[in-house]
Amino acid sequence: MGFKNSNIVQAWLVLLLCLCFGSALAAVHVVLSPAIEANKINETREQVPGLVLGEEKALEMAQKGEALDVVQHQMAVEKSGRKLFYNVYEALISGKRIGWVVKTSGAGYADKIELLVGLDADADKISGLYVLGQKETPGLGNKIIETEWRGQFIGKPASDALTVTKMGASKPIEIDAVTGATISSNSVIQIINTALADLRPALKDKQG
Amino acid sequence: MAKGPTPLERFIQGILPENPVYRQLLGLCPTLAVTNSMKAAITMAGAVMFVLFCANVIISLIRNLLKPHLRIVIFTLTIATFVTIADKFLAAYMYQMSKTLGPYIPLIIVNCIIIGRCEICASRQSVITAGADAIGQSIGFALALSSIAAVREILGTGMFFGLRVLPAAWPDWVIMVLPPGAFLTFGLLLGAVNWYGDRKSKTGN
Repeated sequence: MGFKNSNIVQAWLVLLLCLCFGSALAAVHVVLSPAIEANKINETREQVPGLVLGEEKALEMAQKGEALDVVQHQMAVEKSGRKLFYNVYEALISGKRIGWVVKTSGAGYADKIELLVGLDADADKISGLYVLGQKETPGLGNKIIETEWRGQFIGKPASDALTVTKMGASKPIEIDAVTGATISSNSVIQIINTALADLRPALKDKQG
Repeated sequence: MAKGPTPLERFIQGILPENPVYRQLLGLCPTLAVTNSMKAAITMAGAVMFVLFCANVIISLIRNLLKPHLRIVIFTLTIATFVTIADKFLAAYMYQMSKTLGPYIPLIIVNCIIIGRCEICASRQSVITAGADAIGQSIGFALALSSIAAVREILGTGMFFGLRVLPAAWPDWVIMVLPPGAFLTFGLLLGAVNWYGDRKSKTGN
């Protein structure tokens, strides 16, 4: 096999195209990502009332024309020598804190899953869950976005790690897996557990 | 190089005679999945048109450099690049639609219509032919998606493009906007297209 027939030389066009397409995608990313991020922040702010108050109360408030104050914090957490940053939204009614919304993300089955976790004012109980972004398998894993599944998390303790079960949740820390999508369900719970373990001490410190 | 169909022939073939959905039965995943509303169907058709046109033009430009055993890699690479661009563009400027379509936009990468056109037309014919072919096939795909979406949205919600067209007394056939509605509508429309084509060819003889 001579130089001309070697695999690398044969694949020159593939390599060149990878380089061109890669740079083009990087450019597109740089141009469009601020707009995408802004869309996500807007969506997050829209979800905050529902996540801390529950959908019904949030709707009631919106109908009365009342609004929550939402203050965005960036919290740094020291973890095994590295600094992690979380975006946390504090929800206030006339200056009094009524809850938190934590933005977090982690690996799913197909791609990154981005979550918003609502917590009560003392960061003791989960008050809601919203899936901001996911690309799980249609018909199986993407059922994590359904209200019914997400509703299981309301009222769960934030102090203990949650677990997934296929046998029907009986204990307070158990969550039913989506049928046929144990990995997606597990990913969501791992993402929540990690974020809460990281952030709860810091959120507790903010008391008073 | 063997002479294939002219640009005009390619363009016309794609719309009805070789319609990608009703004649070639390709691209059925989006055909079934995103046709419960006209808006989603049109957005999907637009994204496919963008990707198909760009991929066909690029592949046609480099067709003389393609090695037979590496061509599929290059097709996939090109298609994936343009799909990613379309995905980012939707997330930036049409955020709600991008959430509605969800994973179906990235799944355009595995849409057989596009890789099929690269293989059949773009890797063998000139840029103009490949471009005309892409537009013709995309119009055919858009027609197929919108015909199914129109039936499903009107019967399922009484609306067309989100505007009410049937009287409010219409009992919405919810099944039409659910997955079974896609199979029912597609099957019946496909049957109708075949029946019509059959009849026409018989009377023609």
